[in-house]
Amino acid sequence: MEWLAALTAGGLAGIGMWLLLDRNLIRVVLGVAILGNAINLGVLTSGRFSGTDAAFVTATTVPADPANPLPQALVLTAIVIGFGLFAFALAVLKSVRESHGITTTDRVTEVTEEPAPDAEEVGLQVHQDDADVHHNEGQPEGLEVRR
Amino acid sequence: MNTLVVAPVVVPLLTMLVGVMLRPHHQHVKVVSVIGAIVLVLVGIRLVVLADAGVVLSAQLGGWQAPYGITLVIDRLSAAMVAITGVIGLATVLYGLVREGNPDVLRNFHVFVHGLLAGVCGAFITGDIFNLYVWFEVLLIGSFALIALGGGKRRLAGTMTYLVLNLLATLVFLLSAGLIYSATGTLNMGELGLIFRSGEVPPAATLAVVMMLVSFAIKAALFPVFGWLPASYHVAWTPVSALFAGLLTKVGVYAMIRIVTLVWPEYGAAHEVLLWVACATMLVGVLGAAAQNEVRRILSFHIVSQVGYMILGLALASPLAIAGAVFYLIHHIVVKANLFFIGGIAARLTGSERLAGMGGLYAKTPWLAILFAIPALSLAGIPPLSGFWAKFVLVKASLADGFWWAAGVALLTGIFTLLSMSKIWNETFLKAHPQGEAAIRTDVEVRWGWWAVSGLAALTVLIGLGAGPVMAYAVAAAEQLAQPVSYFEAITHPGGR
Repeated sequence: MEWLAALTAGGLAGIGMWLLLDRNLIRVVLGVAILGNAINLGVLTSGRFSGTDAAFVTATTVPADPANPLPQALVLTAIVIGFGLFAFALAVLKSVRESHGITTTDRVTEVTEEPAPDAEEVGLQVHQDDADVHHNEGQPEGLEVRR
Repeated sequence: MNTLVVAPVVVPLLTMLVGVMLRPHHQHVKVVSVIGAIVLVLVGIRLVVLADAGVVLSAQLGGWQAPYGITLVIDRLSAAMVAITGVIGLATVLYGLVREGNPDVLRNFHVFVHGLLAGVCGAFITGDIFNLYVWFEVLLIGSFALIALGGGKRRLAGTMTYLVLNLLATLVFLLSAGLIYSATGTLNMGELGLIFRSGEVPPAATLAVVMMLVSFAIKAALFPVFGWLPASYHVAWTPVSALFAGLLTKVGVYAMIRIVTLVWPEYGAAHEVLLWVACATMLVGVLGAAAQNEVRRILSFHIVSQVGYMILGLALASPLAIAGAVFYLIHHIVVKANLFFIGGIAARLTGSERLAGMGGLYAKTPWLAILFAIPALSLAGIPPLSGFWAKFVLVKASLADGFWWAAGVALLTGIFTLLSMSKIWNETFLKAHPQGEAAIRTDVEVRWGWWAVSGLAALTVLIGLGAGPVMAYAVAAAEQLAQPVSYFEAITHPGGR
């Protein structure tokens, strides 16, 4: 059973890495998500799949063949955290794509390498280009590339 | 259970919660934020005083004995890190007390900062590898929210880079935690240390620990995996990048120091690799800085280069070198955050962050020039400031172990650092403003920012002048790292003594 899970984790990790190395930002973010799930499966497998009963001790009974509960607890934590981070990554991805028309990793590098705009440091104004986004709300944004 | 043990985590978390509940009342959130930061500083000072007296606080959370439960341990290194985290947190929220800008964003800033501080403090006090992973994630989500704060094209693009590469590092850490559990059957740092020190180490465990160190290396921005840092730190709002510059890479450095001293107390193959990595990090970082022409981008590359010094101390593995690394860690956090704050003030006064668009500040605000000179000279290692002692100890330790070339690289990096700092000094302070003196704004509201930078500068001078006691503390912390009895005790004496 472990070998099947290990192979699956390895395959998923491979797919995740492949997506991660893509130029398209959507694929990069999906790659992180798939890699995260591959690693979750790996952590679960690392606890071995011995035991068939729930590891739950009551006042009267002790399970005869309990499964290892620790990796399950670890993976549950990791899944919850991973879900939150993935949601945040998607939000940033949406904003970067739809408000600013950045769709590739090369473009991300180009934009961050731009010289700092003057008077940027005067407080924390909401940027004009962000404010514009609100006018578009309600319209179907779709996945078209807007530059 | 001693409540002081959990205070470094509970204080920022409570501050954050109260801040969230007070959301509509922006002024109240700010007051709560400052009070929370002050309490964290006080907790840190109390912990340092206790640790200095030789007390090691520890707790088994939820009453589950080690190695089954989560262990918290506060030794000298942890206590010092918590105290310094409080100081940087306080300086950050003070600097963030500006009125210009979107009030909602300014309020959210305070909430997120305390969320991040909780993660950082948690990482400093935990004695459990999986718990360390959880704290890394807590500080990571806080840092994501902070770096994206305010939005804008350039900032969100930087956030994307920061987000993907940091998530990758954290995933590698999670996998290595799983593999360590698979190979050794424990996630408790103390038990892991005992297994490694017993000499009967499963090869898979060694491999998993190496993998964990790789993920810490990404976090700490070591050569060759530092690329994410200079690509993202300069896009955030000034107090955010100062907070990141001070604390975030240093959490990675702390984790490396903790794990390496625990599992490999003697100089070995891992230390040799680290030594080369440290030298490459110092040089590549400082040379990368030479090619930059914006204040924060120069300073970002210097973070990379300075992290190399700390890893140099760790790699040498002698008690003196480890003490030097601890001293460097304390000195560097204060100095680096302060340089980012001052860079931010200078940028606001001159209206530009590019060196070409700045100038004339020496004539207009000599105080700011002095405040810049203190951390800048300290960073380069000029006596009697804190950076001199930090570098002195590391160079002495390298020469004592016969690594003259490592000492040479450290000194060379110091010279380049001085060159870089004089470049900022010439362009920002000495030369005339390109648009004439009238272009320098005098109506800029810096307010509490002055207190933040003056306080940190005073602390730098204090660490420099009082290097004796600080060094004595660092030496004692290094002794504790070499013989982490407190970590082993929870395993060897379950239920306490």
